[in-house]
Amino acid sequence: MSLTLETRWSRLANFWADYRQSRVAVVALVVIAIVILAAVLAPLITPQDPYNQATLDLAAARLMPGEIGPGGYVHWLGTDAAGRDVFSAILYGLRTSLLVGVLAGTLALMLGGVVGLLAAYYGGRLEAVIMRVIDLQLSLPAILLALVLVALLGQGLPQLVAALALAQYAYFARTAHGAASAERNKDYIEAALSTPLPAMRVLFRHLLPNALPPLIVVATVQVANSIALEATLSFLGLGLPLTQPSLGSLISNGFQFLLSGRYWISIYPGIALMLTVVAINLVGDQVRYVLNPRRSR
Amino acid sequence: MIGFFIQRLLQAVLVVVAMSMLVFVGVYAIGNPIDVMIDPASSQALRESLIQRYGFDRPLYAQYFIFMGNLLHGDMGESFIYRLPVFGLIFSRLPATLELAISAMLIATLLGIPLGIWAGYKPDAVSSKVIMGVSVLGFSVPTFWVGLLLIMGFAVELRWLPSGGRGPVTELLGMKLSIGSWEGLSHLVLPAFNLALFKLGLLIRLARAGTVEVMSSDYVRFARAQGLSESKVLGLHVLKNISIPIVTVFGLEFGSTLAFAVVTETVFNWPGMGKLIIDSITVLDRPVMVAYLVLVVVLFVLINFVVDLIYGQLDPRIRIKAAQ
Repeated sequence: MSLTLETRWSRLANFWADYRQSRVAVVALVVIAIVILAAVLAPLITPQDPYNQATLDLAAARLMPGEIGPGGYVHWLGTDAAGRDVFSAILYGLRTSLLVGVLAGTLALMLGGVVGLLAAYYGGRLEAVIMRVIDLQLSLPAILLALVLVALLGQGLPQLVAALALAQYAYFARTAHGAASAERNKDYIEAALSTPLPAMRVLFRHLLPNALPPLIVVATVQVANSIALEATLSFLGLGLPLTQPSLGSLISNGFQFLLSGRYWISIYPGIALMLTVVAINLVGDQVRYVLNPRRSR
Repeated sequence: MIGFFIQRLLQAVLVVVAMSMLVFVGVYAIGNPIDVMIDPASSQALRESLIQRYGFDRPLYAQYFIFMGNLLHGDMGESFIYRLPVFGLIFSRLPATLELAISAMLIATLLGIPLGIWAGYKPDAVSSKVIMGVSVLGFSVPTFWVGLLLIMGFAVELRWLPSGGRGPVTELLGMKLSIGSWEGLSHLVLPAFNLALFKLGLLIRLARAGTVEVMSSDYVRFARAQGLSESKVLGLHVLKNISIPIVTVFGLEFGSTLAFAVVTETVFNWPGMGKLIIDSITVLDRPVMVAYLVLVVVLFVLINFVVDLIYGQLDPRIRIKAAQ
């Protein structure tokens, strides 16, 4: 049975009323909205396409923040060694970082969700084997897994997304398994199973929606983790190349100039990265708090 | 207990073997080391002889068995790049990484536990809110970025500490260590603090959560009723009761500190194992990659095994459940 539109709206309104209790979390949500908007609208609001080699001018290289370049406009955040406007590079980098983070998070959610649900639904041997593998993977740090997977899969955006998703799906699998196991023995599932509905339908239409809230919380945090992990890999030189830059590759690109005092090339992309990751984490924290059924009201 | 021990040991061995296969097959799948190692201009005869020498002409499973056989003899092959036995190469980098990781764990513990207890003791104080804010940052801000900020602040702007490298080492207990001299120590401070941040955030949260729970317990109420001073209540009753989960996490986190050292070592140009593995991934130095990964897996499995045993010792229910 599906909920009527009205109940959905009132549920959403309730959620928002609880969510806005924390001012920090509301600010974080605004930050995320701005970041997404800036990334999406990057071609419209940046003065330069930083990766079109034709528009780059070496005469504009390593300008201080606030200087006016040969293009006749102010480089508010300076330029890098190739004459790229750092502000433009950040917005384009944000696009890549967000894309990688959201894709990897979604992929990990689907993979982990399905694995966890299947384990909880079928139980027995299958469950034991799956959960043992998941536990093992969770005992290894994600950074190490991602490092190995990137080394195995090679460089490039699809490979990177796959590596990040595989390194992180175990969190979703464990959460989905936990939530679904708790639901599995409830009456409504038994009732649904006693009807001639196919098992898959019961699994995805009845079990999944009720196991969803904890998965949503994990998903928010994992998107932030994916972005941070991707930045780390790119910084280590194992992620995306500078021709397809993310915030991590921009920071890595500027790192060599840090010691000579040209801080802006890596510090500003880093600030953008930090704002994004911390804001998503704060939102995730608040969503977890609101969705927690044991919360004292 | 012996049955439990054997069962867990078998499991651990199984995991190591499975992971070593995965790592071996995985690493085998990337790139072709022949192209990296051999000058393309070299003669066909030289190519053939090198391919034969390294066993690349044999099927994958044969290469795996040769690798495992050699491994059991303590021989992990020779680095393609350094032309040195891999085992010696990795172990020559081990002291630097261990020193960094242990210093980081010490910093995280010595700062994190008192701060966490304070935040749990006075949850509504402004100072506690600040501490929790810092712990969120330590959790969510990427390590390498904090490392960059530390370099910019303390090395470039203030010029208090060196920006990277290991500095002079002195012979201590048969290992070359930095902590023997002030100069060496000054090189250690920033990377160790950088590596400590994540654990610091974690320990603050753990200690706070434990303290909040313990503070509302009966024995704390009775300790206070007895007229014990607050410092005694905290130092004796609270610290003791929150220490069990903290020790567990501490043990488990040691392995991940070694793994995270990869990032810190790259940022601070610290010549440890992590720097070695990043360098060998970029140049496809296959033997070093395999050896490092197998070593790390063994280390993790070993840690988990020991923790499992300790749990079994502490909690008989786990033993009984496992025996069924």
